[in-house]
Amino acid sequence: MSEEPTVAGGAIAALEVQPAWERRHVLDLDDFTRPEIEIVMETTDAMKEVLGREVPRVPALRGKTIVTLFYEASTRTRASFELAAKALGADVINVAASDSSVQKGESLYDTVRTLQAVGAQILVIRHGSSGAPYLVARRVEMNVVNGGDGWHAHPTQGLLDLYTMRSHLGDLRGKRVVIIGDIAHSRVARSNLWGLATLGAEIVVCAPPTLLPYGMRPDGSPPEEPLALPPVIVETDLDRALEGADVVMALRLQLERMASGLLPSLREYARLYQVNEERLARARPGALVMHPGPMNEGVEISSAVARSLQSAIEEQVTNGVAVRMAVLYLLARGKP
Amino acid sequence: MFPVPGVGGRGMNGRTVLTAEDVRRAVGRIAHEIVERNRNLDDVVLVGMRTRGVPLASRLAAAIQEFESAQGRVPVGALDIGLYRDDIPAMELRPQIRPTELPTDIHGKRVVLVDDVLCTGRSIRAALDALIDFGRPASIQLAVLVDRGHRELPIRPDYVGKNIPTASNEDVQVLLEETDGRDEVVVIPALSEVEGQVEGER
Amino acid sequence: MSESLTIRGGRVIDPVSGLDAVADVLIADGRIAAVSPDAGKEAREAVDATGLVVCPGFVDTHTHLREPGFEHKETIASGTLAAARGGFTTVCAMPNTEPAADTAAIIEFVLRTAQAEGAIRVLPIGCVTKGRQGRELAELAELAAAGAVAFSDDGSPVTDAHLMRRALEYASMLRPPAGGLGLPVIDHCEEPALSADGVMHEGWVAVRLGLQGVPAAAEESMVARDIALAGLTGAQVHIAHVSTVGSVELIRRAKSAGLPVTAEVTPHHLCLSHEAVLLGPAETPGGLAFDTNAKVSPPLRTSEDAAACLAGLLDGAIDCIATDHAPHAVEDKLCEFDQAAMGISGLETALGLCLSLVHDGRVELPALIEKLTIGPVRALGLDRHIESIGTLSVGAPGDVTLIDPEAEWTVEPERFASKGRNTPLAGRTLRGRVVATVYEGQVVFDDR
Repeated sequence: MSEEPTVAGGAIAALEVQPAWERRHVLDLDDFTRPEIEIVMETTDAMKEVLGREVPRVPALRGKTIVTLFYEASTRTRASFELAAKALGADVINVAASDSSVQKGESLYDTVRTLQAVGAQILVIRHGSSGAPYLVARRVEMNVVNGGDGWHAHPTQGLLDLYTMRSHLGDLRGKRVVIIGDIAHSRVARSNLWGLATLGAEIVVCAPPTLLPYGMRPDGSPPEEPLALPPVIVETDLDRALEGADVVMALRLQLERMASGLLPSLREYARLYQVNEERLARARPGALVMHPGPMNEGVEISSAVARSLQSAIEEQVTNGVAVRMAVLYLLARGKP
Repeated sequence: MFPVPGVGGRGMNGRTVLTAEDVRRAVGRIAHEIVERNRNLDDVVLVGMRTRGVPLASRLAAAIQEFESAQGRVPVGALDIGLYRDDIPAMELRPQIRPTELPTDIHGKRVVLVDDVLCTGRSIRAALDALIDFGRPASIQLAVLVDRGHRELPIRPDYVGKNIPTASNEDVQVLLEETDGRDEVVVIPALSEVEGQVEGER
Repeated sequence: MSESLTIRGGRVIDPVSGLDAVADVLIADGRIAAVSPDAGKEAREAVDATGLVVCPGFVDTHTHLREPGFEHKETIASGTLAAARGGFTTVCAMPNTEPAADTAAIIEFVLRTAQAEGAIRVLPIGCVTKGRQGRELAELAELAAAGAVAFSDDGSPVTDAHLMRRALEYASMLRPPAGGLGLPVIDHCEEPALSADGVMHEGWVAVRLGLQGVPAAAEESMVARDIALAGLTGAQVHIAHVSTVGSVELIRRAKSAGLPVTAEVTPHHLCLSHEAVLLGPAETPGGLAFDTNAKVSPPLRTSEDAAACLAGLLDGAIDCIATDHAPHAVEDKLCEFDQAAMGISGLETALGLCLSLVHDGRVELPALIEKLTIGPVRALGLDRHIESIGTLSVGAPGDVTLIDPEAEWTVEPERFASKGRNTPLAGRTLRGRVVATVYEGQVVFDDR
């Protein structure tokens, strides 16, 4: 660290000509511009500093009410949002799908209208159905943050992954990021694809064809137009995929995929697609190892790799709180 | 388009009230006053408020070191008050915050808070809150390059480079070598609304 | 006493006779009495149809009227009024009601209610299997005797190939007195193991939205099966709502091989594509609509699929246009995409949407009218039940639709007669509308 704090942005920074933050919702990264991502990253730096304090709490969102509405069980993401909101001094209400009104069959629409009526300003929603946050955003005044919807998107996970990669690799332009596993059913993968594409990374996805989305062909044929997702290099062979990788991201394998005939066995999957030390040797020395969690150690990733010095998996969790603070702060304090 | 800062943007069409030489002298004088008032500099910390308070704090530290060479350099920190402000939405197109960097634990220290322009006192109020979140200083003093009046809170500077009475619709802009390419303080008359939003720092 | 109605000076299009000329249509005692340039000269009062198109009332082979059981979605009264507004004078009511139309009692109930409360003619379709469960055949002969004109488990396919074979064989003996083959079995072709939990077409939009897709093969594999069974049994299979390139090609080949296969296509499968799910009717936060009003089974597919359906319609592979009018309550659609009900409320937009094909120069107006009138009649052999239906022949039912093909209007679902406001066309401007509908000589809809 430098002896003296620097003035931000290297002197005559173009701070004042950068575009404004006019976003009312964070639903996915597909419509984030590079400057918008930069704003989040920069704000996250400040939030990391707050989290490093003895008392990690600031009054930025004092008097604001943030609701987390989770239709899917999720300890990590919900806790991460709650910590983020509290660190900013906001009041937090957690509503889980097991709670009474939701269980009594109240519709999503009625539930969110109620939460708005009780005075929430920001709604964080996690839902098993793709698009649920979009339905909500269209019909409420609250700022909506997508905390993960179906197979579709998980933008704050994408942002925290980008933040983690950037803090190790700097500019991601031309960096080779390999995402391994169930791309077809992974909202984490999708949001990462959009963010990485915007930042100019070279993206490689690696999975058996049964875990690749429709239209993502492993045979090197050009994807059909119009593109459903950003262009990527598709590999079914892990060794080839890992060649020269700067980042190796293993995705969680949902164990129920076996039942639906997408994979013959865990054993075979692990043999073909597990990120282990031997395989990782093909990546660039010191390549960053990531996983959105929770991990099935011994399936998609070996315990040794998950705990190695190259692993940023724990750091992802810490960065998650900071990124969510940044997102909540920007939504709450952005131009009304 | 918004004015491009630095090169001909910030400070344009303004009436010069302090020249580079005036700024240099004001910094020197404040440094002397700080030394005078804080006999033992051991427990003094200079904390500049982002953005232009930070280079000012560094200059004060350098000046102090110059005439108190035996004592070594006074530590300098940077304070961001973004997360403590109560007036952002109305003013900024883009809420910008950066990390606070304090070189030392401020508990029990004599903190000199440094800012470029003092006006309503609201930024200082936020800065006090922010500082106290980091510990309990023995005292907090306030140094500003320019005091332009219009106080809305009971806040009084301990060190002032220059008092510049202004009308409320005027703007005082401090330009510094480190951030703007030159040292100068200008008064901008009848501030336009757009500029007010972009530049709205005090 | 002889009640009569004269429609004067319109461009009369009657696909059966090939008539396409300015003429008067005279209706007496509920039947067509005359069609000729001066037939209405004598009439003291007449409907002035100058500048309008006059054609036989439209016939829909595929309508969900929801009654009994789902009266909050639609009733026979509201559904038939919606049909009249859409220019339809005959609709075939699908049996997926509650209880399902798997007994003569339900068929009779539908007929009786339509008689009492309906604006137009309702021809009921009976279930293929008891409770639409796909396990045991319904009492098809009783259903036929009660008035069923065809059989279908629509909403679901007849998944069990063996049962489908037996249904076809059994139905083949149920010949209407007017002759022809037995009553057709209409199949909703969708291989459930392939469509699984799919909620839209498997294609780039589904990938973009993270929604589970229904591959075209889910439909095509069952169309192929049904064609094979038509060949095996010699009984007529009618393929409901064809939606893919592959299905059209399979049906085309089956027809050229002389197999008793007929097919229908909906206006939305002809004119819309899966992008409707993505884009929705208006701008939306995040730019993705997830428009539940475009969720339908079979799903809206690609524009290539739509083009193939149109080509099939024009070359005869597909016999007719059917609305698959599937009204739903607001709450059935105002929910998560996965949970939303499938279906489009289509009766009132069918003509306007199909006319876009005419305005784009892809179909001639008489050909379109044929596919809305005599096409469906012949596909299901409905003229064996109602003589000369779908035509303006002398003695035919006095069912006439008046169209202004040029009039522009904006789709406002809240003004629908149907209780189902579920349409992906909300807010869209369509060119061409129904001006009036005459059923058995009575004006049942008049918007002149």
